[in-house]
Amino acid sequence: MQLQRKDILGLQDMSAAEIRLILETASSYKEILTRPVKKVPILRGKSICTLFYENSTRTRTSFELAAKIMSADTTSISAAGSAVNKGESFKDTLLTLEAMGIDLFVIRHSASGSSHFASQIVKSHVVNAGDGLHEHPTQGLLDMLTIQENKLRLEGLRVVVIGDILHSRVARSNIWGLSHMGAQVRVCGPNTLLPAELDKLPVQKFTNLDEALEGADVVNILRIQLERMDRGFFPSVREYSRFFGINKQRLRRCASDVLVMHPGPMNRGIEITPDVADGEFAVITDQVTNGVAVRMALLYLLMGGGASVAAA
Amino acid sequence: MWLLLKGGRIIDPSQNIDKVGDLLIVDGRIAWNQEVPQNQEGQTINCAGLVVAPGLIDMHVHMREPGYEHKETIATAAKAAAAGGFTTIVGMPNTKPAIDNRAVVDYVLCEGRRADVHVHTTGAATKGNEGIEMAEIGDMIEAGAVAISDDAYPVQNADLMRRVMEYSRMFDVAVLAHCEDTSLTRDAVMNEGLNSTILGLRPWPRQAEAIMVMRNILLSELTGCRLHIQHISAAESIAAVRWAKSKGIPVTGETGPQYFSLTDDALCNYDTNAKVNPPLRTQADIEAIKEGLADGTIDAIATDHAPHSLEDKQVEMQYAAFGIVGLETAVPLVITNLVKPGALSINDAIARMTIEPAKILGIEAGSLADGAVADVTIIDLDASVVVRSGEFKSMGRNTPFEGAQLTGKAVKTIVSGQLVSPAQ
Repeated sequence: MQLQRKDILGLQDMSAAEIRLILETASSYKEILTRPVKKVPILRGKSICTLFYENSTRTRTSFELAAKIMSADTTSISAAGSAVNKGESFKDTLLTLEAMGIDLFVIRHSASGSSHFASQIVKSHVVNAGDGLHEHPTQGLLDMLTIQENKLRLEGLRVVVIGDILHSRVARSNIWGLSHMGAQVRVCGPNTLLPAELDKLPVQKFTNLDEALEGADVVNILRIQLERMDRGFFPSVREYSRFFGINKQRLRRCASDVLVMHPGPMNRGIEITPDVADGEFAVITDQVTNGVAVRMALLYLLMGGGASVAAA
Repeated sequence: MWLLLKGGRIIDPSQNIDKVGDLLIVDGRIAWNQEVPQNQEGQTINCAGLVVAPGLIDMHVHMREPGYEHKETIATAAKAAAAGGFTTIVGMPNTKPAIDNRAVVDYVLCEGRRADVHVHTTGAATKGNEGIEMAEIGDMIEAGAVAISDDAYPVQNADLMRRVMEYSRMFDVAVLAHCEDTSLTRDAVMNEGLNSTILGLRPWPRQAEAIMVMRNILLSELTGCRLHIQHISAAESIAAVRWAKSKGIPVTGETGPQYFSLTDDALCNYDTNAKVNPPLRTQADIEAIKEGLADGTIDAIATDHAPHSLEDKQVEMQYAAFGIVGLETAVPLVITNLVKPGALSINDAIARMTIEPAKILGIEAGSLADGAVADVTIIDLDASVVVRSGEFKSMGRNTPFEGAQLTGKAVKTIVSGQLVSPAQ
C-alpha cells in the first residue's frame, strides 16, 4: 500500500487511516535497525536531498540514516556554504536541484509554509522536516509511534504538551496528529507563549502545570528555545523553571505509568530535571530510534515501488 | 470637439443627481447648458443601461516611480487606473528616493502630466520616511503635493507626529496616516487569530491599528489638523473614527476593496498574494466595514494599489512583500461585494470614490458640475468579469482575486473629455 499523496507537509490534513498506515509501516521497519547489516535495497536508485536552511543535527542525521538504510542516494545542502548565501532564491535552488534528478526533498526551513511553497514549485516529493512555527510532521509521527509502542493505543490517552506552544511546530504537529487519533491533548505554558485562539483547536489549555498534569498518561516537554526569548516572554529562566519545569515531584500528579518525552535537544535543569530525563518514565532515546523508523516508512510510502520488506 | 454620452443613468453625488439623460462634453468640459455644436466634429456614445459617473478617484496608489520601476511606473499605473475606471490617482511617498522634497514632487508631477489620467502625489511626513525629522512639508505643498502621508512607514514617535500635524495645518492639508504601532507587529505577516496560530505565521493584532488610530485622532484634536486614516481593516478602528466624528474632530477614513472582500482565510494555503499591510481580518471586520461605509464613518474607498514583481511574491511567506494590486479590480469588487448585496447604494459607492476623496484632498475633481473638467467613468453594473491578472495593464500581477467571477465593471474611462480606456 502507498500513501495517496505527493508530499508530507503536515499532520493537520492527514487522516487517521494514513497515520495508522505510517505507524504500522514504521513498526515493521524497526526490525531492520536491529540487524547486523542495516541495509535493504528498497529505494535503490532514488535520490534524496536534505535541504536544511536551519541548523539541525538529529533530524537531518535521522533522515539521512533512514535514506541510506533503504539504499537511496543522499545529498545534503545547508544554507551555510551553498548558493543560498550568494543570494539564490529558494525557488531557484529547488528548481536547480530538481533538474539534477532529485526524487524527494527533505526540507527544514525557518519560514512557516516553506514546504508548501516548495511542493508547488517542484514535481518531486517534499517532506517537511520542520517549517518555522508551523509543523514538524515526522516528529509528530515518531512521538505517536513511541506512545503507541508503550501504551498500545493512542485513543483516549491524556497527553500534555508543555512549554513554548507559540513558537513550536512540534506542538502543532502533536496537536493535529494526536487529536486525529482520538487522544485528548492538553497544552500548558506561560500565557505569553500560548498563541491566539488556541482553544479553538482540539486542545484543553492550561497555564497551571499541576492542573495540566493531573492524571496524564504522557508528558511531552518542549524545549525552551533560548534563542527566541529576546522579546521577554517570561521574566527569567529561573522563574520559567519554577512554574513550568518538570521534576520528579510534579510527575506524581500524572498516571503511575506516565511516559516522559522530549523532542530534544534538552535544556537539562530548565524544562526538565536531569533525574526525570534519565529516569524510569523517560522514553526520550526510544523517540530518537523511532524517528529513523518513521522516516524510513515515509520514504517508502512516498517512493517505494513493488519491493516489500519481506522480500528485502 | 464634443462627446455626447447618450441615455445613461447619470449619477453625480456631488450634485445629488441620479437621472437618466444625456451628458454633453464640449472642449474637455462638462456642458449641461449647451446644445451639441453643429459646426464641430464629435462623437456620440450610447450609454443606455449604463451608469455615467464622475471619473473615479483613487487616493491611495503606489506608483513605485522613482526607484522601483521594475514593479510599476507612473505611466503603467495610469494605464491600470484608466482600465479600472479611475481618472485621478494619488501616489504615496514611499518611493526611492522618497517623495520628501520639492524635486521629487516635481519629477512625479512632470511624469504624471504625460500619463493617461490625472496624477497627484502626496509628500512624505518625514525625511526619507525615517520617522526622525520632519520633511519640507511647505515646499512640497507649494510644489503641488496634495497631502502629507506616512504610508508604509508610520511615524511611531507621538511628539514628531504632533509636530507634523501642527505644521501641516498651516497649509490646510490633510495628513494621511498609516496606523500601525510597530512595537506590536514585529515580523508580523497576518492577522492575529486562529489562522495565524494554525499556520505558524507571526501575528499582526488588530489592536496595533486601533491604538494608532486613536493616538492620531487625539493628536488631530490637539492640533486641529485634518487627519485621514488610511486603509482601515479593523472594527475597532471604525469605532474610533465614529467616536471622533461625533466629537467633531476633523477625521476621515478610507478602506480598500480587499478589506471588505476577503478574510484571513485567504492565507490558508500560504498564498503570498493575500499578504497585505494591514492584514486581511475576519468576517466580523467585514461587517463593521460595510456598516462604516454605509453610515459614512468611512468616507472613501481607495485601493492601496501595491504592485510587486513576481520575485517579490514568489518566495517564502515571511519574506514576501506586502501588497495587492487594486486599480483594475476595485470597481468589480465594490459592485459585487457592496452594491449587489445591498450593503451600499451605487450612489454612495460612487460618492466614496469621487467627491468624498476630492473633498479630503481639496482637489477639483469628482464632480460632473457644469464647466468641470470632463472626467467621466461609464460603468456596467451587470457585466460579468473574470479576474485575469495576465490581462492587467499594471505591471503588478499580485492579486488574491485571480480567477474570481465578479459582476460589474468600468467600461469606458474619459479623462478631460478624451476616451482613455478602452484605448482607441
